[in-house]
Amino acid sequence: MLVEMKDLCKDYPQGKETVRVLKDICLTVEEGDYLAIMGPSGSGKTTLMNMIGCLDVPTSGDYFLDGENLLGVGSNRLAEVRNHTLGFVFQSFYLLPKLNAVDNVALPLMYAGVPKKERRERAIEALKTMGLGERLNFKPNQLSGGQCQRVAIARAIVGKPKLLLADEPTGALDTASGNQIMDIFDKLNADGTTIIMITHEQEIANRAKRISYIRDGVLTDGRREGEQDA
Amino acid sequence: MFESISQALQSVFAHKMRSFLTMLGIIIGIASIITIISGIKGTNEQIKENLIGAGNNVVTVQLYQNDMQYDMMYNQNPAGVRVIGEEAREELRKLNGVKEISLYRRREYAESVYYLNKAFNGSVCGIDASYFSVNDYRIRQGRGFTAHDFEGVRKVAILDETAAKTLFGSDDPVGKTIEIAKEPFTVVGVAARSSAFRPVINSVEDYQMYAETGQGAVFLPESVWPVVYRFDEPQNVAVRAASTDEITVAGKSVADYLNTHQIAEETAKNGFSYRNDDLLKRAEQLQEMSKSTNNQLIWIAGISLLVGGIGVMNIMLVSVTERTHEIGLKKAIGAKRRRILSQFLTEAAVLTGIGGLLGVLGGIGLSELISRFMDTPSALSVPAILAAAIFSILIGLIFGLVPAIKASKLNPIEALRRE
Repeated sequence: MLVEMKDLCKDYPQGKETVRVLKDICLTVEEGDYLAIMGPSGSGKTTLMNMIGCLDVPTSGDYFLDGENLLGVGSNRLAEVRNHTLGFVFQSFYLLPKLNAVDNVALPLMYAGVPKKERRERAIEALKTMGLGERLNFKPNQLSGGQCQRVAIARAIVGKPKLLLADEPTGALDTASGNQIMDIFDKLNADGTTIIMITHEQEIANRAKRISYIRDGVLTDGRREGEQDA
Repeated sequence: MFESISQALQSVFAHKMRSFLTMLGIIIGIASIITIISGIKGTNEQIKENLIGAGNNVVTVQLYQNDMQYDMMYNQNPAGVRVIGEEAREELRKLNGVKEISLYRRREYAESVYYLNKAFNGSVCGIDASYFSVNDYRIRQGRGFTAHDFEGVRKVAILDETAAKTLFGSDDPVGKTIEIAKEPFTVVGVAARSSAFRPVINSVEDYQMYAETGQGAVFLPESVWPVVYRFDEPQNVAVRAASTDEITVAGKSVADYLNTHQIAEETAKNGFSYRNDDLLKRAEQLQEMSKSTNNQLIWIAGISLLVGGIGVMNIMLVSVTERTHEIGLKKAIGAKRRRILSQFLTEAAVLTGIGGLLGVLGGIGLSELISRFMDTPSALSVPAILAAAIFSILIGLIFGLVPAIKASKLNPIEALRRE
């Protein structure tokens, strides 16, 4: 089991009161799975994503990632887990504007302590698999939105993570570019990368193997369009 | 290490104007400190040079009774102070730090030295053959003393430039006859100091010490001294040290030797002793005086550094705010807190380091300019320059700490979400 959450809750202080954003979440994702989490804005889907991504710690409950219990683990270990086990793809790419494509992609490898030469080689390799072999030295402002997102995906997979987390990966893109990104995700999943993706578009979610819904902090199993309840 | 410095350089150069303005406080602070320290060092070297004489390295050893120099003008020959003979002279020359010595007798204020109706009020010295070479005199006109002058007890005299001017004005003194204690002496030459010797007179003591230079001197062969003054007067010793640093050692060892070998025990009990002028110590005292005033200036320049440091802290805080997305992303993809901390510390240190470097260059230029246009001494101090460079980097680390900690503590979610 790659991801295993048991009765996971998250409270946020809001003024004097605390609001429970995630309520008793139970989630299991096996290796090789491709899960889409759908939900309206304010449903807690980004918070859930942050929990899975080790960017935030739960208030209560258990979280096992790749067999390791992450409850009460220090920030340095969490940083290592994010670096080695996870890859992130964000809606607005978050590329560093002053670095070119290769340096952006090589960044996680730097934190992993990979030597400079090898970092560069692996970054170029990752960019080539994204079809960006011609734009290695372009800076983000010289690339289109779809190209930027492909650089970001290259950055996410360059460390060969077990789990790829995508938060509205097509949200900032036109349909054609979005489809291109989804094709890449299909291929990555086919090659064995586990993917968890957040989206509010049914059409995008349909590309996943299974769908979960989150509404008001409660996670329920969902269906793909046209699928019948078992 | 090298990589993070080159990254820090990139982000410093990404905002050239802003970085320069931020460095300005550091640049001004470091430049003024370098300028002040160069001024102090220049003054100190000048003090030492003036007091000791550039490359002269001569110290005098004189007879004292208690704490007063024993003045032969008003006193009888002290019993028990032996005349320094050839054997003792050879021993003195072998002492630690001594290069050459000269024995001489002296009257500080000459009585009855005349040429026609003009009187001379400087000093009269009875000198040996090595006096001129030890004291860096050079014969300007006529000739020096010869073996004939010494052995034949000839009544000949050499004037220094001041004495020649006083007695003869612009006339040529060589071959003229002057009167010393009613005895006629033939002037055979004029001598002048060959080294640049510009004493600084700070006290009556100094004045007396340099009376000879100030008022001029008439030199006689030592053998002729008893003709105008007394037999067997105690001598003074001019000691030429092997180097400036050995002046004190050489003077001290000569004085010690004379005290043990040339003064009878009974006489020593009456307070007679040979003492050396401790010029280095006197120079240090004067240097100390100029240093304490300048130290206050350094403190004032230090305030500029403090203000500069605060400026750096301010701009680094702005930079952290501007780059929350960058920090958030770096944390999300696995940068540890330590990594973010060192990134911002390196950036602050590189910023102030460059500022320090520019400050050092500015300080060097400024002290050059000042010493050239205001005619004050200045000498660059390498340790001060190194210290300034290290200190400026330190300022970056100290004032960069708060912004760097702030950056490292940013919550990645907050940092990514913030617009």
